[in-house]
Amino acid sequence: MPTDAAPRDAGRGSLSDVVTSDAALRRFLQGLPGVDAVGLEARAAALGTRSIKTTAKAYALDLAISMIDLTTLEGADTPGKVRSLCAKGANPDPGDRSTPRVAAICVYPDMAAVAKQALTEQGAGEVHVASVATAFPSGRASMSVKLADTREAVAAGADEIDMVIDRGAFLAGRYLQVFEEIQQVKAACGAAHLKVIFENGELATYDNIRRASWLAMLAGADFIKTSTGKVAVNATPPNTLLMLEAVRDFRAATGRQVGVKPAGGIRTAKDAVKYLVMVNETLGDDWLSPDWFRFGASSLLNDLLMQRQKLSTGRYSGPDYVTVD
Amino acid sequence: MSTPEARTSSTSGSVARGARLSVLKTYKLYVGGKFPRSESGRVYEVTDAKGQWLANAPLASRKDARDAVVAARKAFGGWSGATAYNRGQILYRIAEMLEGRREQFAAEVAAAEGLSKAKAQAQTDAAIDRWVWYAGWSDKVAQVVGGGNPVAGPFFNLSTPEPTGVVAVLAPQSASLLGLVSVLAPVIVTGNTAVVVASRTAPLPALSLAEVLATSDLPGGVVNVLSGDTVEIARPLAAHQDVNAIDLAGADAESAAELEGAAAENLKRVLRPGGDDWSAEPGLGRMTAFLETKTVWHPIGA
Repeated sequence: MPTDAAPRDAGRGSLSDVVTSDAALRRFLQGLPGVDAVGLEARAAALGTRSIKTTAKAYALDLAISMIDLTTLEGADTPGKVRSLCAKGANPDPGDRSTPRVAAICVYPDMAAVAKQALTEQGAGEVHVASVATAFPSGRASMSVKLADTREAVAAGADEIDMVIDRGAFLAGRYLQVFEEIQQVKAACGAAHLKVIFENGELATYDNIRRASWLAMLAGADFIKTSTGKVAVNATPPNTLLMLEAVRDFRAATGRQVGVKPAGGIRTAKDAVKYLVMVNETLGDDWLSPDWFRFGASSLLNDLLMQRQKLSTGRYSGPDYVTVD
Repeated sequence: MSTPEARTSSTSGSVARGARLSVLKTYKLYVGGKFPRSESGRVYEVTDAKGQWLANAPLASRKDARDAVVAARKAFGGWSGATAYNRGQILYRIAEMLEGRREQFAAEVAAAEGLSKAKAQAQTDAAIDRWVWYAGWSDKVAQVVGGGNPVAGPFFNLSTPEPTGVVAVLAPQSASLLGLVSVLAPVIVTGNTAVVVASRTAPLPALSLAEVLATSDLPGGVVNVLSGDTVEIARPLAAHQDVNAIDLAGADAESAAELEGAAAENLKRVLRPGGDDWSAEPGLGRMTAFLETKTVWHPIGA
């Protein structure tokens, strides 16, 4: 198993030095150990072979449901669609009230207020409203626009903000610019949690994903998130495992715990359980909670519900018994 | 285990007569247009009528049944939405493909059922003709069981038969090819998709038929063939909430009652087993058993 803690000299406290200048930050990020791609993929594949059955499966399914950021990020989103999504998030399986609620409803900023109100009406105040911001999904806008986007989302009632990093600046090596953007958005968030989206599919290499993870965590991200769900490559087991290792090493180095959210491409209960196995094996119990691990997904919930129904009734369920989104 | 007869008459010049090692076939399931092994990895020995080993067939598990239902559901939209004309053509194509492999199927039927060569040939021919017979019905069944209804009002009132959905078919335990075709063809000709559980004792013709289906322009998933213990596979199928009907032709009386009980949970249509004579004229019964009637009222323009 690859163990790649931060560089040896990056002990507690000394990390504040690395963000003093662009050069220092670049030296630090590019000095992070290279990723053993073959080892990483083999490890992720090996963790995907565990067989989770009976009571452990029941626990995993319920945990996965409670970790979902139920998402609709379409140009065609309407208030009605957002409200029905909120109703589903509040009571995922109306036929079985023991089903846990999802963690959050994830929408575009202009729908945050609709979602907040709908959840309140459902009596599901504990379900958070997550809003994407900062010119999601491309992140190609001026800083003032990004900050205004963020403030509006927070003002509309968003409890969590999912920001995208400026991949152009990151890939061009302007790490300090990305760092400062995250810091400013974090400040604009106020009390809202900040999730930082890397768009792994656009970062091209595992080394870049590791660098982005450290960069975002140094800048104060509460969560790091794999992707927007808008490009070809989204969350994969290897790139999520890499981020899990980064948050583990970051906590070892600084004592601060950061959450992880894989998003996009996770559609089956089986996949979700594989991710949970990965979390448990890499990070342990501390992260096995909706406060520290989330799934960004929409169709995943239906499959989890069907599996849950199978487990409780012994009969295979079908798409007729879950909502059509 | 003996070398198949056909192999000994090798024509390759350099190899001595009879010296060639036989190439044994790995029989596999047919799910979603692919030929997977059983998810469980299990196989069982298939013997001929005299108890001689013929081949190993996959012993499908409930998870294979689940996967097959998923494949059948996925294929349903396209297949039920295809024109009746197109479905008829594809069924006829199956008959054509089968015709080209008559010898193989006759040999398999003869081995499986202990029939003489002539009788096995006759069974195979009857099975091919049955595909043709049902192929012709694809665009005619609607005229026979549907039509315009006289109503007291200014409306056109039209009833049309619609396929039920995913149908689980327990193939007859005897009549490994003719019986199978006689229960399968009427299910799919009207636009249903099928999960077929082959005869436990004689699954090989069914598994070979899958190869014919795969090369007949039949979309993957429309027919899925499982082999193994009939009741073991039928139980999850009967209880499955995403299966719309079940044909119990291959179940014995005792298990049929149990399966019918399980099928009641989501009001599946159930076709009970009954002394079917596969050589007789089929009639429409097996088609209409898996059809539902949709009636539309349409105002007469004015």
